[in-house]
Formats: sequence, structure tokens, C-alpha cells
Amino acid sequence: MNLDSKIPEGPLSEKWSSHKFNMKLVNPANRRKYSVIVVGSGLAGGAAAASLAEQGYNVSCFCYQDSPRRAHSIAAQGGINASKNYQNDGDSVHRLFYDTVKGGDYRAREANVYRLAEVSSDIIDQCVANGVPFAREYGGLLANRSFGGAQVSRTFYARGQTGQQLLLGAYSALSKQIGLGKVKMYNRHEMLDLVKVDGHAKGIIVRNMATGEVSRHASDAVVLATGGYGNVFFLSTNAQGCNVTAAYRAHKRGAGMANPCYTQIHPTCIPVHGDKQSKLTLMSESLRNDGRIWTPKNAEVAAMIRKGETDPNTVAEDDRDYFLERKYPSFGNLAPRDISSRAAKEACDEGRGIASTGLGVFLDFRDAIKRDGKNTIKERYGNLFDMYQCITGDNPYETPMMIFPAVHYTMGGLWVDYNLESTIPGMFVGGEANFSDHGANRLGASALMQGLSDGYFILPYTVGNYLGEQGVAAAGKVTTEHPAFAEVEANVKARIDKFLTIGGTESPRSFHKRLGHIIWEQCGMARSKEGLEGAIKDLQALRKEFWTNLRVVGDADGINPELERAGRVADFIEFGELMCRDALMREESCGGHFRVEHQTEDGEALRDDENFAFAGVWEYKGDDVAPLLHKESLIYENVKLATRSYK
Amino acid sequence: MEKTMDLTLKVWRQKSANSMGAFETYAVKDVSEGSSFLEMLDTLSEDLVEKGKEPVAFDHDCREGICGSCSMTINGIPHGPEKATTACQLHMRHFHDGQTITIEPWRAKPFPVIKDLVVDRSPLDRIIQSGGFITSRAGSAVDANAIPISKATADYAMDAAACIGCGACVAACPNASAMLFTGAKVSHMNSLPQGKVEKDRRTLAMVTTMDGEGFGGCTNIGECEAACPKSISLDMIAHLNRDYATAQVKNFFKPVA
Ligand SMILES: Cc1cc2nc3c(=O)[nH]c(=O)nc-3n(C[C@H](O)[C@H](O)[C@H](O)COP(=O)(O)OP(=O)(O)OC[C@H]3O[C@@H](n4cnc5c(N)ncnc54)[C@H](O)[C@@H]3O)c2cc1C
Ligand code: SF4
Ligand code: FES
Repeated sequence: MNLDSKIPEGPLSEKWSSHKFNMKLVNPANRRKYSVIVVGSGLAGGAAAASLAEQGYNVSCFCYQDSPRRAHSIAAQGGINASKNYQNDGDSVHRLFYDTVKGGDYRAREANVYRLAEVSSDIIDQCVANGVPFAREYGGLLANRSFGGAQVSRTFYARGQTGQQLLLGAYSALSKQIGLGKVKMYNRHEMLDLVKVDGHAKGIIVRNMATGEVSRHASDAVVLATGGYGNVFFLSTNAQGCNVTAAYRAHKRGAGMANPCYTQIHPTCIPVHGDKQSKLTLMSESLRNDGRIWTPKNAEVAAMIRKGETDPNTVAEDDRDYFLERKYPSFGNLAPRDISSRAAKEACDEGRGIASTGLGVFLDFRDAIKRDGKNTIKERYGNLFDMYQCITGDNPYETPMMIFPAVHYTMGGLWVDYNLESTIPGMFVGGEANFSDHGANRLGASALMQGLSDGYFILPYTVGNYLGEQGVAAAGKVTTEHPAFAEVEANVKARIDKFLTIGGTESPRSFHKRLGHIIWEQCGMARSKEGLEGAIKDLQALRKEFWTNLRVVGDADGINPELERAGRVADFIEFGELMCRDALMREESCGGHFRVEHQTEDGEALRDDENFAFAGVWEYKGDDVAPLLHKESLIYENVKLATRSYK
Repeated sequence: MEKTMDLTLKVWRQKSANSMGAFETYAVKDVSEGSSFLEMLDTLSEDLVEKGKEPVAFDHDCREGICGSCSMTINGIPHGPEKATTACQLHMRHFHDGQTITIEPWRAKPFPVIKDLVVDRSPLDRIIQSGGFITSRAGSAVDANAIPISKATADYAMDAAACIGCGACVAACPNASAMLFTGAKVSHMNSLPQGKVEKDRRTLAMVTTMDGEGFGGCTNIGECEAACPKSISLDMIAHLNRDYATAQVKNFFKPVA
């Protein structure tokens, strides 16, 4: 497996511009001869499809929802970072770059992160030009806030609906191209496999989820922007349909999968309430700017609260443990996500958790309301408070919110080089689906930035460069008549048939729940050698059971939610095993990956830069063969590796 | 412990676009009041699967009231009885033990049923494709602060842009009008300085597409506003009417597109 990262020569700040200059350009008149498939219509896919079409390429775009506007990016609340330094508080490209590398616990590739910080400003310009109604100050200029513990105010936002507004911006650009006929949009189509011809990605096989029809699509390049794999945990803040299928199928066809164990557990979600629950709801991290996180010092008090015998408001100041403020005085409630989540877990492990399950901590606005007044707090967080009340039935103005960590984002993903090209030539990966920019932990408000950076500003160049290198004679050469398409299509159909004919007794959802339970327990916030080894065995057994005892009711001729879930769960089970293997291999703690064997005396993550400053990239070797590990060494020329300290 | 309830559901079942549909009655037991309406339907699905029957198909994804996927009429009201709430954010504590709940797909001519509660809402996408955008090629934008926008204008645009494209307004309207949806998009874009350049063109194109897709006219009934999960205001329809009238007049003297 070739892991040449293709980082351009030259100083960090000049790499991207010199690289762009060195790229092959495709003559505008020739662009219409090429076609590009973009799978995904979220920020990364939507922006890429629109931009490639604007440049003149013929684009086919796919999504599983009934409209591209519903991609999961829509759900992001908090905001998007950019190093505009509009607040004159010392921000710069270099600072955003540095913060991202440090926040990622020194496990990301410097050159990619720098480029991300560099284009971040252009993203905001682009979005405003597209009509994104960002929050503004009375003077008419854009408002910013500090987010997720950043020491500067670089986050742009649109009420609590930043993701929605950004996505609607990309969706409107995409819609324009659909209207013009430059993008052919395939809604309710799920990619089920990748087709390679002579080693290059040349198309995909999809299932029309409304009619059941399986069809072939050929192109000169394929872009995957299919989002993250958080739903491997069953319960997560992701949308119900989020899946790893497209990425995992590509992995099986030869794409390296990097750092699958790097997952982000977000500290501020609404606690689990029962076994029928289907998803977890995120409460924006911005709440931590004013809310104080605590549990009772005493486990007995916590037990009384759990039973509803004590009103949390009556717990005296001295009996409260504001554990983040205690442990991390300089960052307090704004400590990074991985650290905050672990601290909450610790408190609950000590029996001091609240909520009916004991898996919760308080996020209390009492002091903020006292200080700033209810109206100010309402102005800042009104919609979030309403949402909380709608879900839990509690009024957070009066009784402290309850929160607990939940899976939220996946830093791992398909390995890509500087051009966002995977180990399969001609297959590019953007957005959450790739592994590129966040190392072992992502900073708040940086995923939206990365998705749009990839979609608007990176992929349109690098895909064009690839097409240029292939030459115009190659454009459109491979068609769906090529035998490779027939073969992969037959595989896809056989797999669908298999799901429908196993004839067992257990539903896909039930398997999904069991999978999620294993992963959450053994590959969640704290991981151990023993636990991971056990999980790998359990997952292998689960896989066997799945393929012998699955029951999928209905048929393949139209909408069949059971069939859709079966396919996704099948891939998640295999992928979960890969995650555990990756976590087992990584004998260190870094970012979202915490190995209990590797911690300092006071329980902080212990990195091992000497042995693990690399991206772990897995090559698929067969269903019952162990995958092969490859390493991309991470070389830090501009940032000095240090222990993250938020004390 | 959370309270639970037993319910009787009357659910619209329809195999495909071309087949006839009918209500089926199901009992669901032990629904906890903390679960969401869709989680209650999940329970029904698992029960049906258990019996080897096909679960009820319905659109859903984010389950947090923002993607606009979920689309069902509950006891006669699109998204159900709670104000400003999508079906996925509707919680069972608003129902009571022993209640009968009727669940149907969006009923509107431009939204044919595909299966059970799933309808085809692509006409809404086509309205946007015809003009619901501000043309600005990637890479061509000026600095974001180059054009200040008053907070009032930005807030108004944001109010309009909050529409999640669910189509409940259409389902609620006796005329199956898409004026609230279209009005929201037009108001959002036409009020921003960046969107003014294409204002007339946009408005005419979107209204033409809307009519062509078979949506009815607005007769000021107001059911749309009442059903809208994002509280999009009828003012947006007034805004659309205003901009449409202006655009038509301008177009009469000198074609805008
Ligand atoms: C609740 C929540 C809040 C968040 N808040 C923030 C925030 O405030 N700031 C921030 O920066 N980040 C935030 N994030 C993270 C961020 O929203 C995501 O990482 C980002 O939007 C992902 O964008 P994407 O384009 O990569 O993928 P997505 O938006 O997930 O899009 C994936 C696309 O791929 C399609 N797709 C997937 N699989 C297939 C398949 N097999 N076949 C066909 N199509 C497929 C889908 O239909 C969809 O169109 C949040 C995430 C969550 C869950
Ligand atoms: S206006 Fe309201 S009801 Fe209509 S599509 Fe938008 S959000 Fe849905
Ligand atoms: S499922 Fe997304 S709004 Fe209801």
C-alpha cells in the first residue's frame, strides 16, 4: 500500500499556493468531457459537487435522503471556525493551525492542517456571498464567539443552526447546478460498492431505495463525502442513516482505512433514558461558556438525587464538586471534549452520577442567571433550553440540566494524501469520511470548516489535477459496459439476496444494538488490552450470528428500512472489529483514544511520541484474515510536540 | 420510573405508489412517556418484525427537528398536536394511556405517496433549483465584512431561513399551496444585499415552478403557519406577494430573465 502523502515542498505557508500553481489545468472546453461522481451531499459533498459543476465538469451526486438538503451536516448547531481575526484578539492562520494540531494531540498531518487554517477565511466569504445569514453585531459586521475552549473568538454562527445554514448555502449552489443540468442528482440512492478498472476508481453501484433498482454509474473520478461512522456505537448524536458502508466498501476494494479508533465522545449530550432510545441529542458545547458542570461530592447525595428524593438546587455549595474547575483551573468548564468527557465518566464511575441511570452530571446555569439575568441567558441559549425542555420535560432555567458524554464525531476515516486522494487512484475522500485534519481529537466548530474547505476549495483543484493528468483522451473511456461493473453489480445483488434469505430470527436493529453495546463498553471512553481482545472475539462471534440468524422481512423491490439497516449493520460489525484492532495496536493514549494502561499518575493521557507518532493505516486482506497495518510517519517541522495541559 | 402507556394506532399502509392504501390498526404497549413519537413507531416496527410482518415505512433521519425528513400527519395535524414541533421531537408525554392515534402521510396532490407514510417531496427541491440560490461561484467572494448588513436584516433573513423544507405547510393547506415554503426562501434571499441582484428573476422563476408543480394558490387560511414546526410566519407570504408583484411589473416593461 503506497502511503506517499505528497506533501508539497517548501515552507508551510507556501505549500498550497505553490502546489496549486504546479497542478495540471484542464482546458475549460474539455471539462465537459469528464464526469465525476460525488457520493454525499453534506457540506463536503454538496460543496464539491456544486464547485466541480461550476468549473464545467459533469457531476452525478448521490445521497440516501429524499433531498440533498437533509444530509447530516444540517444538524450542526454551534458554529464554524475561521482565522479572520475580526475580533482583533490575536488570531491568525498560524494560531488556528497550531491550535488544531495541538487539539488533535499531535496526530494530524501538519501540511493539511495548515492549508485548512489558510482557506478558513475564504469559507466565510463564500458562505456570506451565498446568503448564509450569520449572526451579526449592531454595526452590521459579523459576530463571533469563543467555542470549545478556544482562547480567541473565531467561531461564526447562525443562531443554533449553523450547520443548517451552511448546508442550505451549499445546497442552493448545488441546486443551481442541478437546475442548469450540470449536476444530475440521485436522491434516495445508496452506494453499495465501488468499481475499479485497472486499479483506478471508475464508478459505483447504487440501489434506488424507493424502487429497489440496482444500477451502475461510471465516471472518470469518484469523490466520497459520506460522513462519519459514529453509528457503529448504535446510540450516537448522528442521524439514523449515517453509515460506514460507502467508506467500508471502498476499504474492501483497496482503500486504506486510517486511525479508525479515533472517535470523539462529546461531553454535553442529553443522558440516555431507556432501552427504546434510538439516538442521543447533543446540547451545543457553547453552553459550557456559562454553565458550570458538577456532581455531588458525596455518592449518597447523588443516590438521593437519582431517586428524586433530593432537589439538586438544595445541594449546598460546599457539597458540590465542580470537577472540571477543580481539575483544570485554567480551562475549567471549557476543557477540551475528550478531557471533559473522561472526567464526567470518572465522576459517574465513582458513584456520583445523577439522572435515573446514574450516567449523568449537572450543567448548571444558576450562577450565570444570577450574574447576567435570565433574559441574557435566554438570548444566548433560548433555543437550546427549549430543545432540552422539549426532550426531557425539565425546565433548565429552574433545575440544572443533566448531561452525559455521547459519541459525536469520528476523526478516523479513509486515508488520503495531501490531494485528498485515497490509496485507490481516482478516488477522493472529503469531509468527515476522511482522516485528514483532526488527528486524535477534533476541536469544536472545526468539522464544518473542514467539510467546506474540502468541498469548495480543495477537491475542485485536486480532482481537476487528477483528471488533467489522465489526459483528455481518457475522458469517458470507461463505461458501465465494462465487465468490472457487471461483476461488482452481481456481488451487490447477491448480497441483497443473502440478507433476505438467511431466514433467522433476529432483526437488524437488534444486532445493531448488540454491536453498539460491545463497542461502547470496550472501545469507548476507556479502552484496555483485555477488553479489546475480548471485544474482537465477541464481534467475530456476532458477525457469524448475524450471517446465520438475521431476519429481514419484506422484499428488495422498494423501500425496505429493514434491508437498508441490515446492509449497514453488516458493514458496521466488520468495521467495529477494525476499530478494536486499531485501538489495541495503539499502545498509548492520545486525544479521544484512552488506553487505561497508558496514563499518568493523576489519570491524564500518556502519549508515546517515540513509537506512535504515525497514522495507522489498515489494508483489507480478506474476511477472515487479519488486516495489515501500514504506517504514515507524522513529521512535525513547525510545531513542537508537547504534552497537552489544560490545568 | 417513567410512566408508560398503551396505545391504539391507526396507521396508513400502502404498498407502493400504484397500490391502494388503507388504515391498519395496531396495539402498542408499554410506551414510555419519555420516548419520542418515532421511537414509539420503532417499537411498533420491532413488534411487526417479530411477527414476520413489514414495519411501517416513514422518512426520518436527524431525529432532532432539523433535517425536515419526518413527515406524518398525526391525529389530523401535520407533525402532530404540539406547536412548533416536528414529529421526531414530539414526545409521548403529550399523549395518554389508552389513546387512539391516527397516523397518515402528507396528503397533497404534488406529494404522491411512495410507500406507507413516505411521500415524494421532490417538487420542493425543484422550486429551489429554479431560483432559490444566490449566484456566487466558489472562490469569487469578497471579504465577508465588506458589505455590512444590519442586525435587523440579518435576523429577518435568519427567521426566514429557518425553514427545514418538510412540506407540512403544503400538507396542512386545503389548497396544497407551497407559498409558505417558497415565501420563506424568497424572503431570506431577497432581503439580503447579496441576494438583491437576482431578486426579480428569482421570484418569478420560483413562483412559475411552484405553479407548474401543481401547488395551489394561497387563500389566506393560515393552516400552514399553524402547522409549521419552525414557526415560519405568514409575513413571508406577504413578502413573496410583494416581491412577485414588483417583479411582474418590471418584467412587463423589460423582461428580467
Ligand atoms: C449533532 C451534531 C452537531 C454538530 N455540531 C458541529 C458544530 O457545531 N461545528 C462543527 O464544526 N461540526 C459539528 N458537527 C460535526 C459536523 O456536523 C460533521 O462532521 C459534518 O457536517 C460532516 O459533513 P460531511 O459533509 O462530511 O458529511 P454529512 O453531512 O454526514 O453528509 C454525508 C452525505 O453522504 C451521504 N451518504 C452517506 N452514506 C451514503 C451511501 N452509502 N450512499 C449514498 N450516499 C451516502 C448522505 O446522504 C449525506 O448526503 C456536529 C455533528 C453532530 C452530529
Ligand atoms: S415553511 Fe415550515 S412547514 Fe413549510 S416546509 Fe418550511 S418548515 Fe416545513
Ligand atoms: S427526523 Fe429530522 S426533522 Fe424529524
